[in-house]
Amino acid sequence: MSNLSETDLHAYVDGQLDDARRVQVEAHLAHDAAATERVHLWRAQNEALRAIYNAVLNEPVPQRLVAARPSRGRWPQYALAAGVVGLAFGLGWMSHAYRSDRFAEAMALPRRAAVAYAVYAPEVRHPVEVGAEQQDHLVKWLSKRLGNELKVPLLTQQGFDLVGGRLLPDTKGPGAQLMYQDKKGQRITLYVSLRSAEPRDTAFRFSQEGEVAVFYWIDGKLGYALSGEMDRASLLAVASVVYRQLNP
Amino acid sequence: MESAEIIAHIPRLRRYARALAGDSQRADDLVQDTLERALVKFYLWRRGSDLRAWLFTIMHNVFINQLKARRELALDEAVEHGLQSPPQSDPFELRDLDAALRQLPAEQREVLLLVGLEQLSYAEVSKALSIPVGTVMSRLSRGRERLRTVMSGAATVTSLKAVK
Repeated sequence: MSNLSETDLHAYVDGQLDDARRVQVEAHLAHDAAATERVHLWRAQNEALRAIYNAVLNEPVPQRLVAARPSRGRWPQYALAAGVVGLAFGLGWMSHAYRSDRFAEAMALPRRAAVAYAVYAPEVRHPVEVGAEQQDHLVKWLSKRLGNELKVPLLTQQGFDLVGGRLLPDTKGPGAQLMYQDKKGQRITLYVSLRSAEPRDTAFRFSQEGEVAVFYWIDGKLGYALSGEMDRASLLAVASVVYRQLNP
Repeated sequence: MESAEIIAHIPRLRRYARALAGDSQRADDLVQDTLERALVKFYLWRRGSDLRAWLFTIMHNVFINQLKARRELALDEAVEHGLQSPPQSDPFELRDLDAALRQLPAEQREVLLLVGLEQLSYAEVSKALSIPVGTVMSRLSRGRERLRTVMSGAATVTSLKAVK
């Protein structure tokens, strides 16, 4: 057979020839060492692929896949959810703001932290003002604006790397938000709020603000709130580390 | 999940996604997005046609969109400081062949895996990826050659034999 094409060789390797053609190809291969070598190589590639990935077939299927629901895609849905949370807060804010200029002050720390989370955590392009690669500058800048030394917890052992931070308007002037992200793109934020009332401490508290879980506490002149769109137990694991690092 | 028929395909979708995407987290994200999309469009699937091939078509579209998004994100990262680089594969997965697959262009990797791993016919691959059979064959040929050179440690690929 002189008209053996490369396509024939591929199809032979992949078992996609009819019997007649296969016999022809085999006859050709008997006296074409180069073609035979390629056939062996490609066959070995196929077998190697199955050998290393077949194990996946026997893994238990993650629950999130079995429980998949119709969706236009996770990202838009996530952004939409965060947007709705933000909008709900925003409307609440507007409807009260004209009645009391002290509303913002009355709005509790975890709520303010959750709003800030809902606004910035979905940001793709501008999640932070100053990135983690300028951490020294970030710390100096935010500490100066807050008038208090800002500490940046290290959460790499919990799987979260610092993305960066930003300055926020808070009830008494400047506030700060530090953002972290894990390998899955899941984000958490640490909201730092300046208190004007007499310094006092409060223990660790939890608040569920819509989709956003928040652990918060007050340490002297600063209030802290760790926010994330995750279950309470997972966030608690991180929050307790943050708490310990800030209150050694 | 509405359809037990779709559930039955999850293990094989996961196998393909793992080989395609590299790390298991990203692969399962790909499978989840595919399932969610498939359930929205399930009424479009014609009973009697190959459900698995149809799911591969959806996964291909999701995968391409993710690649685009990641490229755009990567560009943003390069231009404006701030975000972390995308997650790396787990070290234990960086076996030779798995690592070599990452060196293939996505379009060659898809064809190589659909044929070699998933054992789809060339016609099914052509349909799943919306490309002519001739293109399937040329990508398969280039993919196999590229895999060979990468596996044999050749740093540069000077002459690739392509099939028209």
